[in-house]
Amino acid sequence: MSHVGVERTATGVPNRKLGIWLFLASECMFFGALIATYLVYQGQSLVGPYPEDLFNIPLTTVSTFVLLMSSLAMVLAVSASQRQDMRGTRIWLGVTAGMGLIFLGFQAYEYAHFIQAGLTLSVNLFGSTFYVLTGIHGTHVLIGVVWLLSLLVHTLRPLDWSRRALDIEIAGLYWHFVDVVWIVIFTVIYLLGVGG
Amino acid sequence: MVGNMKRYRHAAVASALLSLFGAGAAHAQAPQSVFAPAGPVARTQGELLSLTLYIAIGIFVVVGSILLYTVIRFRERPGDPIPKQIQGNTTLEVIWTVIPIVILTVIAVPTVRDSFNLASPPTDDVLEVRVIGHQWWWEFEYPQLGLVTANELKIPVGKVVHLTLESNDVIHSFWVPRLAGKMDVVPNRVNSMWLVAEESGIFYGQCAEYCGTSHANMRLRVIAQPAEEFEAWVAARRSVEALAFADDLAARGKEIFESTGSCWACHTVDGTAADGRVGPDLTDFGSRTTLAAGMLPNTPENLAAWLRDPQAVKPGALMPRLNLSDADIEALTAFLHSLL
Amino acid sequence: MATHDEVYQGIRSGFALPRPQSTTGFWSWVTTVDHKRIGIMYFVTSIFFFLVGGIEALFIRAQLFAPNLNLISADRFNQLFTMHGTTMVFLAVMPLSAAFFNYLLPLMLGARDVAFPRLNAFSYWMYLFGGIFINLGWFVEAVPAVGWFGYANLTSTTYTPGLATDYWALGLQILGIGTLVSGFNFIVTILNMRAPGMTLMKMPVFAWTTLVTSFLIIFSFPSVTVGLLLLTFDRLFGANFFEVAANADVVLWQHLFWIFGHPEVYILILPAMGIVSEILPTFARKPLFGYSVMVFSTMLIGFMGFMVWSHHMFTVGLGPVVNSIFSLATMAIAIPTGVKIFNWISTLWGGSIRFRTPLLFALGFIFMFMIGGLSGVMHSSAPSNAQQQDTYFVVAHFHYVLIGGAIFALFAGIYYWFPKVTGRLMNETLGKLNFILMFIGFNVTFFPMHFLGLMGMPRRIYTYGPELGLTFWNQVSTVGAFILAVGVAVFLVNLAVSLRRGEIAAADPWDARTLEWMTSNPPPVYNFAEIPVVSARDEFWARKYEGVAARESAAAHENSGERGIHLPGNSYFPILMAAGITIFSLGLLYHAAVTFTGLAITVLSLFGWAFEGVGGTIVYPEGEAR
Ligand code: HEA
Ligand code: HEA
Ligand code: HEC
Ligand code: CUA
Ligand SMILES: [Cu+2]
Repeated sequence: MSHVGVERTATGVPNRKLGIWLFLASECMFFGALIATYLVYQGQSLVGPYPEDLFNIPLTTVSTFVLLMSSLAMVLAVSASQRQDMRGTRIWLGVTAGMGLIFLGFQAYEYAHFIQAGLTLSVNLFGSTFYVLTGIHGTHVLIGVVWLLSLLVHTLRPLDWSRRALDIEIAGLYWHFVDVVWIVIFTVIYLLGVGG
Repeated sequence: MVGNMKRYRHAAVASALLSLFGAGAAHAQAPQSVFAPAGPVARTQGELLSLTLYIAIGIFVVVGSILLYTVIRFRERPGDPIPKQIQGNTTLEVIWTVIPIVILTVIAVPTVRDSFNLASPPTDDVLEVRVIGHQWWWEFEYPQLGLVTANELKIPVGKVVHLTLESNDVIHSFWVPRLAGKMDVVPNRVNSMWLVAEESGIFYGQCAEYCGTSHANMRLRVIAQPAEEFEAWVAARRSVEALAFADDLAARGKEIFESTGSCWACHTVDGTAADGRVGPDLTDFGSRTTLAAGMLPNTPENLAAWLRDPQAVKPGALMPRLNLSDADIEALTAFLHSLL
Repeated sequence: MATHDEVYQGIRSGFALPRPQSTTGFWSWVTTVDHKRIGIMYFVTSIFFFLVGGIEALFIRAQLFAPNLNLISADRFNQLFTMHGTTMVFLAVMPLSAAFFNYLLPLMLGARDVAFPRLNAFSYWMYLFGGIFINLGWFVEAVPAVGWFGYANLTSTTYTPGLATDYWALGLQILGIGTLVSGFNFIVTILNMRAPGMTLMKMPVFAWTTLVTSFLIIFSFPSVTVGLLLLTFDRLFGANFFEVAANADVVLWQHLFWIFGHPEVYILILPAMGIVSEILPTFARKPLFGYSVMVFSTMLIGFMGFMVWSHHMFTVGLGPVVNSIFSLATMAIAIPTGVKIFNWISTLWGGSIRFRTPLLFALGFIFMFMIGGLSGVMHSSAPSNAQQQDTYFVVAHFHYVLIGGAIFALFAGIYYWFPKVTGRLMNETLGKLNFILMFIGFNVTFFPMHFLGLMGMPRRIYTYGPELGLTFWNQVSTVGAFILAVGVAVFLVNLAVSLRRGEIAAADPWDARTLEWMTSNPPPVYNFAEIPVVSARDEFWARKYEGVAARESAAAHENSGERGIHLPGNSYFPILMAAGITIFSLGLLYHAAVTFTGLAITVLSLFGWAFEGVGGTIVYPEGEAR
């Protein structure tokens, strides 16, 4: 009988995969609006601290690099799952999630440092836009980490691989998206923002 | 024959509609009508409005009649065969795409032209006015003349008035339909607009952007006077000296007005110690026709009611209730009404 | 590979609730994932909110009956129009359209359900809870009074202290999530779940308008989501996004709102246009004229809808260049819309038109929508818009497109598909009375508003002076509103009467054209015993009149009833998760403990959802061999 995991669809793309693509398309508009808000308010703060007082580009470059590498690990996890390589899948899922956590660690450190330097949500427009934009991105990363770890736990059960591989692929799409968004944020806000 | 009948019917419908709009909106009893322009800005805008209105009515009459005709002509009759299953027709699709494009061009050209024209006012010999929107009243400052007034804007007939719009709190919109279309008054922005009154008279206006509780009561008047009268008013305003009153009651009113913890903290009256900027400038309050931003006629009874309990007169008004005694109110009323 | 039992009985992880089993009664509705039941729930809820919004409107009209009336206070009036606009747009018309999507799309596409049945249930619960959330203010005297587009900085805590604005912002956010989710769901459903043979260009036009509407949803809602998020950060956590003192630009809100808000108006009208495009062919007994042009114009309207938002901001002072560009872009939308009108007329042309209630409402729609659309074009000329913006002329415009347009078409749809849902026809006499009263009442209420606007009556004023000469037309308008209300009351009576005593409908009561009429009234849970294979645009008509034989195909065979039909299992988690998010939001206003409880419920139900397994049952259509 036709089984439930891989339904027959008119486009040939599984429902859940099409669904996540649509979700990510919508997220593009969401982050687009947030980044646009940041840009509208760039340089409009009346009082400090200002970005150039705070940004530590080398440090953030490192954390960006970690996140970038996590995408590579994610690719490996997806390909392992498609080869039905259970061990590889678990390892790479774990590595991806771990790198996500490291990224969040950097972000926590950065926040702590900025707050100490007097940048709060309320102090000026920079504080408001910076924390909300990066905070929402960080929340996306956090959700991704929890998602990946749940999948990791789930691979401990013997299950239908065709279904599991799709689960992991979908999580992977999300993860890459969150990663790409960060690249944009890093470029626009850190690199261009301070350099320009 | 039938065709002719139909043409007449169309004409009849069209003229009925037009007179409806006419009777409805250009009525002498409608002092805020956009169809009774008294200046070039409102006239330009009104002409464009009329153009689009005629086009809209024309389209509705034509398309509506076709629809009506179709529905009647092709109603089901007993024994109808199954209609021919027609899928479409490319020629028709092209025709009814092109015709609207042509019609829209007729609207688009003057739209763009007027947008630019109205945005660049004449620059020589203009009267500058700074308009400041407050919840729920208007402040007018004449930087060239060094004068401030409120709620009733006096301007000379025939002179270009250039308005700079700023807000003290939330968004408002400055609108005097017979003189010019509205322009928003936005905090942290400086907008501008211009107008000319071609005839003397009182022009009604009103805040057109929802701004909180008493948005409905944020009205204004533009009073256009012949140049000499305006000059006389300016001269009078400028020559206000320390006010002294023969009338005891008014003198007592002035005292109350200036006493600690009272009106002076919020209001300015030239010639007294009062120089607050929170509320309207009251220097020429005596000649104001209305009270509380165009809400009520400026009579002693209304003024007394206002001083007794501003919120009861105007919901949410930001002037506090000062618990004045009846005697104080009487004195203040006398004082305020003896002002310029 | 998993065995049959494992898959269908559900794999339970530690804390997941068992799949609910009841198929009748209260709990079966609470836990249902059946698109037809969800559609009915959307319908009932949205009609309820339509009445709420309508009663709010009646209060507004009563207060405006005469100058300087004091029936209701200024603040109450401001709350009323805010809640009226919010309710009608988000809680009445959008979900009423969603009721049609839910009930009809799978049937029209020849599918067994939507792509994600549990998400579908989740969308509904988010709608219900969001609607309740926004209205909670009435019970704790915290009713928002900021207008339905809540312009900053009136929404800042300085100018609207208290919880009212927070209820509004968070409530909309809850609704927005539900709507977004249903947007994804319907796109996937339409793209993926079509019956074999049904290419995109063979879909009913209603499916097309739903598809475009859903795309508008997923691309426009994020903008207002961000706006509301920033507002919430301002209000609850002291951020500065719309704080003038911190040099914020309050116009940013207007952009964020209208980038959503303009597509939103097409979200409201496109489904209505789809409904009309289904009804006219049926009652004219002709196919839709210019199908592919209709499809293309729908896409074009959707696309252009994203490029005109600043026509709501012509008086903000954006300058002549911006205003001109947005004027021209806005006018251009008249072209694809006009094309639709002309194609509808051509559909009727040469037909054999039966004047049943659905057709009357559909015709009313075309007439009224045309008036509203034409006044829209009048607004779009920026210089003359300066005399129209924020006046009753605009109020007239949008009620013509929203009531004369959306509501009339939705009513047409209700009359048309009522027999599909209930197996009974709605009463025709009451239906005609309903139409006449609403048509007259509507025009008497809203046509005079054109005059009022041009006579200089701003909107959102709780009162006006007698000297403005506005009294007469306001009185006419108020009288009209009460006629309209009587019309709505007749509709309610008709619903109640027909539900219990309506004439039993034949299988195909209207001699219709599309797939949904090929199954019984009401349809069985599994919709079609055998999925039809489609070879024509109006498949049902083609089979009836053009001798097109039902085709066989491997795909359909595989999906046929003989092998048993898998029905997805009911679930507690959609409602639990929606409740979690709502409690979370409530907590933000009251207490951190509540917030965390809500968060915990949300997260736990998410896991329960993910791990409860597929569940469900296998049914065998009656009469088929087991
Ligand atoms: C269902 C909802 C709906 C629809 C479909 C529309 C359709 C249109 N709207 Fe409307 N609009 C609203 C709902 C809607 N609107 C709402 C709710 C508001 C107010 C929001 C608020 O402020 O609260 C608003 C406000 C609004 C404004 C801002 C007014 C202001 O505040 O100053 C403008 C300005 O351009 C506008 C324009 C248009 C145009 C050009 C169309 C076009 O799409 C119309 C196209 C249709 C036709 C033109 C008719 C048929 C065509 C023909 C017969 C062909 C021939 C025609 C020509 C050649 C002209 N609308
Ligand atoms: C789809 C949307 C929609 C719909 C259907 C309506 C329907 C109606 N609206 Fe409107 N309206 C808006 C959307 C809508 N509205 C919006 C967006 C605004 C702008 C808000 C803002 O400025 O922020 C607005 C604003 C608005 C105003 C302007 C307020 C102002 O600016 O001050 C007015 C004034 O007359 C008005 C009137 C009406 C009336 C009389 C109806 C009628 O059609 C209502 C008909 C329904 C009924 C009359 C209900 C029937 C009730 C019964 C039969 C009783 C049954 C009783 C029981 C069961 C107990 N509306
Ligand atoms: C805390 C500030 C404050 C104080 C104190 C105050 N007012 Fe006012 N007053 C206002 C404001 C604000 C308004 C504008 C109210 C409105 O129209 O919405 C106003 C309006 C008025 C007006 C109407 C002006 C017009 O142009 O229509 C008069 C008259 C007036 N005040 C007199 C007084 C007198 C007399 C006192 C003292 C007894 C007083 N005010 C004390 C703030 C104040
Ligand atoms: Cu100021 Cu409305
Ligand atoms: Cu719009």
